[in-house]
Amino acid sequence: MTATATTTATTTGPTATFPAPTRSRSVPAWVWALPPVAVLALAFLYPLALVVQQSVTPDDGGTLSLDPYADVFASEVFRDALTTTVWLAVGSTVGCLVLGFVLALVIAFVPFPGGKAVARFVDVFLSFPSFLITLALLFIYGSVGMANGLWTDVTGAADGPFHFLTTPWGVLLAEITYFTPFVMRPLLAAFSQLDTGQLEVASSLGAGPLRVIRQVILPEALPALAAGGSLVLVMCLNEFGIVLFTGAKDVTTLPMLVYSKAILESDYPAACVVAVVNIAISVGLYSLYRVVSRRAGA
Amino acid sequence: MSAPAPGAAAALAAPSGIRFDGVTVSYGGTVVLDRLDLTVEPGEVMALLGPSGSGKTTALRAVAGFVRPAAGRVFLGGRDVTQLPPHHRGIGMVVQQYALFPHLKVKDNVAFGLKAHRTPKAEIPGRVTEVLELVGMAAYADRHPRELSGGQQQRVAIARALAIRPGVLLLDEPLSALDARLRSGMLAELARLHRELPDVSILYVTHDQVEALTLADRIAVMDRSRLQDCGTPEELYRRPRTEFTASFVGNANLLPVTVAGAGAVELGDRPLAVPTDTAAPGATATLCVRPHLVGLGDGPNALTGSVTEVQWRGSTHRVHADVDGHHVMADLRELREPPAIGDPVTLHFATEDAVLLPAGAGAAASDPAGGSP
Repeated sequence: MTATATTTATTTGPTATFPAPTRSRSVPAWVWALPPVAVLALAFLYPLALVVQQSVTPDDGGTLSLDPYADVFASEVFRDALTTTVWLAVGSTVGCLVLGFVLALVIAFVPFPGGKAVARFVDVFLSFPSFLITLALLFIYGSVGMANGLWTDVTGAADGPFHFLTTPWGVLLAEITYFTPFVMRPLLAAFSQLDTGQLEVASSLGAGPLRVIRQVILPEALPALAAGGSLVLVMCLNEFGIVLFTGAKDVTTLPMLVYSKAILESDYPAACVVAVVNIAISVGLYSLYRVVSRRAGA
Repeated sequence: MSAPAPGAAAALAAPSGIRFDGVTVSYGGTVVLDRLDLTVEPGEVMALLGPSGSGKTTALRAVAGFVRPAAGRVFLGGRDVTQLPPHHRGIGMVVQQYALFPHLKVKDNVAFGLKAHRTPKAEIPGRVTEVLELVGMAAYADRHPRELSGGQQQRVAIARALAIRPGVLLLDEPLSALDARLRSGMLAELARLHRELPDVSILYVTHDQVEALTLADRIAVMDRSRLQDCGTPEELYRRPRTEFTASFVGNANLLPVTVAGAGAVELGDRPLAVPTDTAAPGATATLCVRPHLVGLGDGPNALTGSVTEVQWRGSTHRVHADVDGHHVMADLRELREPPAIGDPVTLHFATEDAVLLPAGAGAAASDPAGGSP
């Protein structure tokens, strides 16, 4: 092929002769791919395979079986954990979407002193660990937190009224607080791309602020909302630290169930079954997130 | 574009006419529009012409309600709208980048304002078709903006603005995103549109003098946040009142002279015969002569000097000359043998083609190399 190309080039003109590129005796490309693949396989795929294998291996050893799945799916604890996980994740996602949309709207379109600093803080917030937010909420709404302290100081009562932090509502609040910036970030990026001329023209055409938001801004923000929402949903499904730190004893999510089965009960097949279910849900939603993100360009 | 829809013009019933009454706009202490007094009559096309940062877009945005004047009042159709939010002003607006809603089809873009004004549903399709026919875009009603060319998008933007039957139409550099050929065609379309909608007052913001001269009934020349001059295109071109107007509305030779007596001035030691009107002898003034009114060779008001540059412009040559240290331009019909740089040259102009301006009045940085036209 190279020789043909050279011949053709030579016949087209006096200056068209180029030496055929000589391929050095280089290492084949697939060799370079081996180290990262090996690391990935050893550090991630192999342990994952072990988890899957353990999930189909009964506790008493024996042949591969789906019995552990049947046992786990039949247990009320698992069904409760699955329900709790899903509703907390969905509730948190909806809360994050609503709160994130409103806050991003304010930051992007309502000029106020320090607006840019707030937008930058959103970026910084993304790097905070989730337990930190929960810890902060404990300081405010915990049994001996500021809110209850203020209440007892003012009313003289022995106890304050704020005890929701150890309930699912506390987990919901913590997750919404922590994950809202994950919705705001892509939204702020989308809003920065929005032609402000569209908003002004819409106003001049008689559209009030709510109509502008509903009919101009929201359709433009939908891809970013979908991308941010998918991400938050996946992260909420897998959230462990927040649930643990709120100390909500009655709130069992799938990650908490894996923890209790594996560490507290040493029931590894059941823990692995729950983990596999959690992974399957997460991978499915992550795939959805990737598709949505690609479409949104986020 | 197609023929106008029947009754399109007659249906326009919204109050027309704009009045700026001492409107001042400032951002953080910086005045960007300074005491603007200007009236746009019902049915009139007023061009706000000026360089970037002259305050022309701010004036338009004050009419639209997007900036709140620090002082003064804005009136639409005789009604004080200074405190009124933009969505209650009932104006049509077209901006530079069209600002079509990308998720809506052409017909839905055009219907947007009608829905916002709670027009009866049964009426909307007819009104949409009417304005789309007016701008020749009826065949594209089911397309999305991304499927249209720049010129087509601009037509849709105009149709969208006209659909609500506004008495006032604001056009903010509407042609600047189009290439030269499309721009020329759209200028003609806008002129035709105005003939078909004679009751609509149009405020047309542009930095392009050709657009202003072609389209406007009157031009308001702005510079450094202030209104410098206002008049018909012909008045401003033939009899500018300030140096800035002379240099911005068409190109001009601006030469510092001293009034020697009635009908006589001196450029250095060189006597020239020009109309001096009421200028007192001994007063300094600026002589304005348009380059295309300067001739080559000897004649009345002869100016001898040397050629500093020659630019071929297709049908004309622009000859730049140095006359006693002053820069003089002449636009000459294409020369068979143009002079070379450094050649001695004699230029002249007729007395009636010169205008004497008060020295330094509304002076602006000139473009010695000569911009268009």
